[in-house]
Amino acid sequence: MNVLLPGDLRQALDMLSGDGSGAIPIAGGTDLLVHWPQHSEAHARTYLDLSALSELRPVTWTDDELILGGLTTFWDIVQDPRAAVEFPLLREAGRQVGAVQIQARGTWAGNVVNASPAADGVPVLMAYDATLVLESSQGSETAALSDFYVGYKEMKRRPDQLITQIRLPRREHTFQRFFKVGSRRAQAIAKVGLAVVNSKAGWRVVAGSMAPTVCRCPSIEALLESGALIEAPEDLLSAVRSDVSPIDDIRSSAHYREHVMARLLFSEVFKSGQLPR
Amino acid sequence: MNAAVERGGTMISIEFTLNGDTVSVEFDPRDRLLDTLRYTLGLTGTKEGCGEGECGACTVLIDGLPVDSCLVPTYQVRGRRVDTIESVDGGTLGAFLEGGATQCGACTPGVVMTARWILANPDLRRTHRLRELMAGNLCRCTGYDGIIDSIEEGLKESQS
Repeated sequence: MNVLLPGDLRQALDMLSGDGSGAIPIAGGTDLLVHWPQHSEAHARTYLDLSALSELRPVTWTDDELILGGLTTFWDIVQDPRAAVEFPLLREAGRQVGAVQIQARGTWAGNVVNASPAADGVPVLMAYDATLVLESSQGSETAALSDFYVGYKEMKRRPDQLITQIRLPRREHTFQRFFKVGSRRAQAIAKVGLAVVNSKAGWRVVAGSMAPTVCRCPSIEALLESGALIEAPEDLLSAVRSDVSPIDDIRSSAHYREHVMARLLFSEVFKSGQLPR
Repeated sequence: MNAAVERGGTMISIEFTLNGDTVSVEFDPRDRLLDTLRYTLGLTGTKEGCGEGECGACTVLIDGLPVDSCLVPTYQVRGRRVDTIESVDGGTLGAFLEGGATQCGACTPGVVMTARWILANPDLRRTHRLRELMAGNLCRCTGYDGIIDSIEEGLKESQS
């Protein structure tokens, strides 16, 4: 197995565009190392260790953005009092990732590029309209997170690029909720994940574990924008089905997922009495 | 830190602080911190349970935070501070022994390391309940009450 150990971001990007072309970046390792000894095919690859790139760890606040670094961990945000006030869903979702041992290592950017449809961190980032900054030795590009995934585990990241920032616009959020439905509260992978945010920019409804990628739900968003009267969870099913395409798998069934999503939306969002009219 | 490129079966050498002492180790780049602790350094107090970051039996502290050592590649601890169960003075475990917080003992080293982190950071309880902080350490014997009660007891003792 080959491991590249860059000491800073510049070196890391040079490696990715040179000798280390095609190397797999590793941040917290909480996805890549699961059952590691048995995964001999993974041992044949080349990895680029990001752990020494301390410049990517801090969180910064500007007048209009919260900027997570490429190596900001879940725990960094869970215990950040300022983020808890302005972006409470980050803390709520972050503290539902595995348990503390995972939160201490796992990074938000790693959650994005691991690209699991069941990611806990991605729905809330997407509901807050996150923009990714992707850097390579050629320069830097930005991509809206809601537009970043193109298929199951496929995304608009070139192999020579690293996510160096996740930028969240600071807005007044008039409604914000995150729901994770799993078999138990800790150490569970979501059967259904849902992040719902309203601000001057409009409603954002983002579903996890409901499609090949975490995704926005434009039909549900349109219903919320229109203020349509919804009288029962079943009234939401056709919008749910036009937005997502869940499957039967080891964790749940498509039927259960659709119905849980419709019921959550009905009882916790449409019926919450907090909808601005 | 200088860039290093490792090829093929080449071993890697790093230094880190282990239980307060600087150590140098040479290891296969595939080795997890858990493997290095147990098989290269002979510190077998840290246990392997599930190997997938779920059970917490392999919990150690890196720079003061609990992590599953089965999910940490050893090369990532270069220059870091690692504390294992071997750093714990057995004489400080009174509350655990009295509270029935340990039975078969497989989870105990991990449980104690997470508990030690909580005891060192009592402010954590402003935002978290003990059960949430301990959710990454599974125990199949004691039923958790003994563990939680003993940590409560430890917190009381450390504050008095």
